[in-house]
Amino acid sequence: MTTRGLTTGGLARQSTPRILGAALAMAVIVVILSIKLNAFRDYQIAEIAIEVTAVAGLTVLTGLSGQISLGNGAFMAIGAYTTALLMLHLGWPFLTVLVVAAAVTAAAGAAVGVAAARLRGPYLAGATLLLGVALPSVAYAYQGTFGGDQGLNVVFATPGFLGVNFPLTRWQAWVCSAVALVTLVLLANLNRSRVGRNWRAVRDDEVAAALAGVNVARARILAFVVSATCAGMAGALLAIVTGLVAPGAFTITLSIALLTAAVIGGLGTLPGAVWGSLVIVLVPTYATDVATSHGLSTAVASNIPVAAYGVVLILVMLVFPQGIQGGVRWLLGLFGLFGISAAPARRTASPSPVTPGLPEPHEKEGTQ
Amino acid sequence: MVEFLQFTLSGISFGMIYAAVALSLVLIWRGTRLLNFAQGGMAMFTTYVAYEVIRHTGSYWAGFAVALAAGVVLGAVAELAVIRPALGKPELNAVIITIGLLIFLEGLAGILYGGQYRSFPAAFAIIGLRAGSTPLGVSRFDVFVAAAVLATTLLLAIGFRYTSAGLRMRAAAFNTTIARLSGIRVARVITMGWALAGLLGALAGVLVSPSTFLYPNSMDSIFVFGFTAAVIGGLDSPAGSVVGGLLLGVALSYAGGYLGSQGSDLTALVALGILVVVLMFRPDGIFSGPRVRRV
Repeated sequence: MTTRGLTTGGLARQSTPRILGAALAMAVIVVILSIKLNAFRDYQIAEIAIEVTAVAGLTVLTGLSGQISLGNGAFMAIGAYTTALLMLHLGWPFLTVLVVAAAVTAAAGAAVGVAAARLRGPYLAGATLLLGVALPSVAYAYQGTFGGDQGLNVVFATPGFLGVNFPLTRWQAWVCSAVALVTLVLLANLNRSRVGRNWRAVRDDEVAAALAGVNVARARILAFVVSATCAGMAGALLAIVTGLVAPGAFTITLSIALLTAAVIGGLGTLPGAVWGSLVIVLVPTYATDVATSHGLSTAVASNIPVAAYGVVLILVMLVFPQGIQGGVRWLLGLFGLFGISAAPARRTASPSPVTPGLPEPHEKEGTQ
Repeated sequence: MVEFLQFTLSGISFGMIYAAVALSLVLIWRGTRLLNFAQGGMAMFTTYVAYEVIRHTGSYWAGFAVALAAGVVLGAVAELAVIRPALGKPELNAVIITIGLLIFLEGLAGILYGGQYRSFPAAFAIIGLRAGSTPLGVSRFDVFVAAAVLATTLLLAIGFRYTSAGLRMRAAAFNTTIARLSGIRVARVITMGWALAGLLGALAGVLVSPSTFLYPNSMDSIFVFGFTAAVIGGLDSPAGSVVGGLLLGVALSYAGGYLGSQGSDLTALVALGILVVVLMFRPDGIFSGPRVRRV
């Protein structure tokens, strides 16, 4: 099962100032929203930022290097438990803990990546799915260290310089959004670099990539390391936002939700990771609000959002085959026809570099 | 020694259920090159149908038959309604659609029945069988479970081998284009594959629910282990599903039996270990053919 996003992949052709500008704009939006909105919305902002961090890593793995993972929830668990253990026993500051958690999950990602490098499509999906199910169960088996079903508590407070009245949820939203935005900027740059080009080459044709001098195995393993690191940081953020690290948070549902967000948003594109995260956090909450406001019984009210979410997934995939980002591009293209946006027009204006004597590069169609 | 026999027999009983789920995934994989994540959800839903029928008629076998029929209908309807429109689009889209279907079915079951665990009847007494005075650790129902899956598998194998519909399905799985050129209506064959997969899933759901209880997520772990069994056996091989299912069922039974409570916490980890070892030597499963790379 090869997977493909759009061939040149989202931000690949964007310049560094544009990436930084977009990140800065998003940071400003987050700060304004977090101040204007109430504590629950702040919590949601943090939640979305956590999802963005994890989904961005997964969209790089699956969309750019072509490897599917249904086990990134396991890496989130590793990051979260590392965070909880370090803060509980050593009392380190969060920034240090975050770096260590990222390093630990990077190592775990390398180990899984080495094992996964030979696997393809459904076999990789099966192995990673089982990893996602199996790893959290370790917490049940070794209750002394990991606290079993009850999990571990994490204490996280606002720093002193913000004053005592600064709401904790707002600080959490800021920390999570900062990590998410830095992750997005770094991934966008990685994507434009040689590493990103190697990933796309491996995804599109392994043999051709190997002939062109790309170390296929190394590229695939590196993609797993990057994706696991992102998931590990998301896990660390989850630990400080929920204040509790328990195996119940890292079920098969979580891993599946991450892949769902990546594909719904637009696989292989970083804006798509943001769209997808918005959908999987906001749609169920919105549907719950609607259901409870109509005075339905709890069994019905708590399950209507689940059913509605399922329907939304199916509809988005049927209406926007390239995900939401694909739909956004299509809309921008429509504007481009009327000369409103210059961006899509510029794409067609710049001639593709064709080496004389070589056949023209062609876009590969679908999957064979 | 008695313990060993007990663990083996109960492992075989559970393994046959994993085999049924694995087989249903293989049927769909061969037809559409798609992993159906809704397989467990569909089985859960048809088991609720059986639950409803048994409650109203009081007859286990009426519920059993209706569940299988519902599985056939649900499989075919799912393929026609949401899978067919997604074919030819990026491959992961259809996978996400099956995940959407799974979430939808679990939500629907929650709306209709709530989240509580319901006990589901077994066809036969679940009193342990004995050989002389030694308890075998399995009941008549466990024997029925193994026999029912085995009989269905054999019927399918015979159907594939000796009927023209089976020949069409094998042709479509072998090469879609050639099958289509030979006048086979591939789309219809694919729908049939989904219907048969629905039937197998429904069978697994009815057979496993007496021991797991019935609730909206009750088939999640059965699906994971069924998927694992299919991967171990090789997704292109129906025989591989049965072997993979039995291997996994017996191994997990030993892990749960011999390693104590820690072992039963770690069943998924044991399964992962087996999967990793198998895939290390056979990256496409035990029963894989020579690897083909398409350019």
